[in-house]
Amino acid sequence: MNRKWLTKCTPYNRLRTMSHFSSRSGLPAFALALALACLTLLFASRANAQMTIQITGVGSQQFPIAVANFRVDGEASEDVAGVIRADLTRSGLFRMIDPGTQAIEENARINLDDWKSRGADTIAIGTLTKLADGRFEVRYRLFDSVKGKQIDGLAFTAPAADLRRVAHRIADHIYETVTGVPGVFSTRIAYVVQYSPNHYELQVADADGANPQTALKSREFIISPAWSPDGSTLAYVSFESRRTVVYVHNLATGQRKALASFPGSNSGPAFSPDGRTLALVLTRDGNSEIYSMSIDGSNLKRLTHDPAIDTEPCFSPDGAYIYFTSDRSGGPQIYRMSSSGGSPQRMTFNGDYNISPRISPDGRTLAYVGRRSDLFQIEVLDLTTSQELTVTDTVKDESPTFAPNGRQILYATDVGGKGILALTSTDGRARARLSGPNGDVREPTWGPYIK
Amino acid sequence: MNTMRVSILIAAAAIFAVACSSTDLKPPPPAPANNQPVPNQNAPAAPTSPTAPIKTIEAPSATPIDPLSDPKSLLARRSVYFAFDQSGINDTDISVLEAHGRYLVDHPDRSIRVEGNCDERGGREYNLALGQRRAETVRQRLMVLGVAGTRIETSSLGKEKPRAQGHDEASWAENRRADIIYK
Repeated sequence: MNRKWLTKCTPYNRLRTMSHFSSRSGLPAFALALALACLTLLFASRANAQMTIQITGVGSQQFPIAVANFRVDGEASEDVAGVIRADLTRSGLFRMIDPGTQAIEENARINLDDWKSRGADTIAIGTLTKLADGRFEVRYRLFDSVKGKQIDGLAFTAPAADLRRVAHRIADHIYETVTGVPGVFSTRIAYVVQYSPNHYELQVADADGANPQTALKSREFIISPAWSPDGSTLAYVSFESRRTVVYVHNLATGQRKALASFPGSNSGPAFSPDGRTLALVLTRDGNSEIYSMSIDGSNLKRLTHDPAIDTEPCFSPDGAYIYFTSDRSGGPQIYRMSSSGGSPQRMTFNGDYNISPRISPDGRTLAYVGRRSDLFQIEVLDLTTSQELTVTDTVKDESPTFAPNGRQILYATDVGGKGILALTSTDGRARARLSGPNGDVREPTWGPYIK
Repeated sequence: MNTMRVSILIAAAAIFAVACSSTDLKPPPPAPANNQPVPNQNAPAAPTSPTAPIKTIEAPSATPIDPLSDPKSLLARRSVYFAFDQSGINDTDISVLEAHGRYLVDHPDRSIRVEGNCDERGGREYNLALGQRRAETVRQRLMVLGVAGTRIETSSLGKEKPRAQGHDEASWAENRRADIIYK
């Protein structure tokens, strides 16, 4: 069931001016918000599962954009404009201006003043053309109604099965052209679904939850999936042999290896940024300690030496540090140590329970789960200013994971007794909820950019 | 003298014969339909009859019954419980552990696995570690009681396999638990 990637992508009249589009009012991109919007978007996927996405909060600064229906020559299985609109909406940074129902072809002459008066600062139009061999040519252009000109344009040739991926690519382009930050609409997420007490699945889906594919089906629990930096492999903990064992699993081939199966418990896998080392939590020496190991299984090295629980290692983006959870001070807190071991430095001081550290791709923000008065919520800590901010409105949060552009955090939570995934922008403003129809979804981990 | 002895013998035999004649085994009286004990044991009996219910007694056995199977023994309790975020053994459970410790010392052929669990609150990895610490605390206590550490395996289920499915303190308290499992 492997899906082919785009076969060809050519820039077409691209004006990569990289002009950083900022709003006319000049407010900083993530200032305080006033409005809340609620939209529910449904995405049918090729598998049985269908993720529902509910937007529960929007960004402080929203760029108004009109994405017109693309002109389609021939039958297309995918509503490319619809996918683009949903992506941009889910980011929380774009507000859709109604484009009307009429399809506008990519090389149409459009009246930018008219769009400006309708409130759209940018307008995206495009065409899908079915070719003789069954593939599609997709061409798109992006216009700035304030500047009065085209600011982006692309052409793709792709099989019908890849049209959704083309739509995500276009949304990435729009996002980056307007915000200056790369989009993450073409990335993937992995997570665990529990359908029943004896049915667990490790699944990989598009970042919007579409096209879920099962990498592992098991009668026993699976926790802590972690992406390799090149996106080819997942490490995870499986209880299938009635003990916790760490596997590394190649997604395309399905081949996997039990990399850590020492006596006691094996858990908490985390890849180093160069993909060559795995950090782990082992209890082989009596209690939970952090180890590192080369990805071929050699070179096991113990990094922590404290009778406390030391767990949940997470490498810094430059590979120099490992952030982790330790209760050496009495309750669990976040610490940081050199990735070769060494005396840890405590990072969190608010509250008596802080776990599950994740560091942003730029290394400047630490996300974690903080318990405050019995509520478990995602906190972000600015490492420069030491300011802590609660970024969720849910209260049973687990497993934060950063998008590769650092702008959003995906996490697991429980709403009404059901395990769901939820999204928040790193400033806590733009929020969405993703839920699968049948099981409890948990343990999300956001994959890398697709190269 | 010989004649005297013979006479006495004959007389004794005669007396004996008379005495013996009254001790014939009588067939038991017929069993009543409702199986109750028959009040009059001397009633005349039918020549062939069903037997009365026979009370069974058990000979005391040379090996005592395994106390592990005795539901009234402290050994029937296989779980010790913990406060939230804690792994210390409370006083109620110390006597349970002492009973298991004594049993294991007395039965060197037995070994156990201790499985630690947590309630549903908090992260999965931290709870996996906390469950492991709870199991390890039980192990250490049994070792202090004289059980060799090699006979006690420890593992953790974290919060992944709750026994109580509710979302209240009663369920949580039930799930904060280490179980002793005899192999």
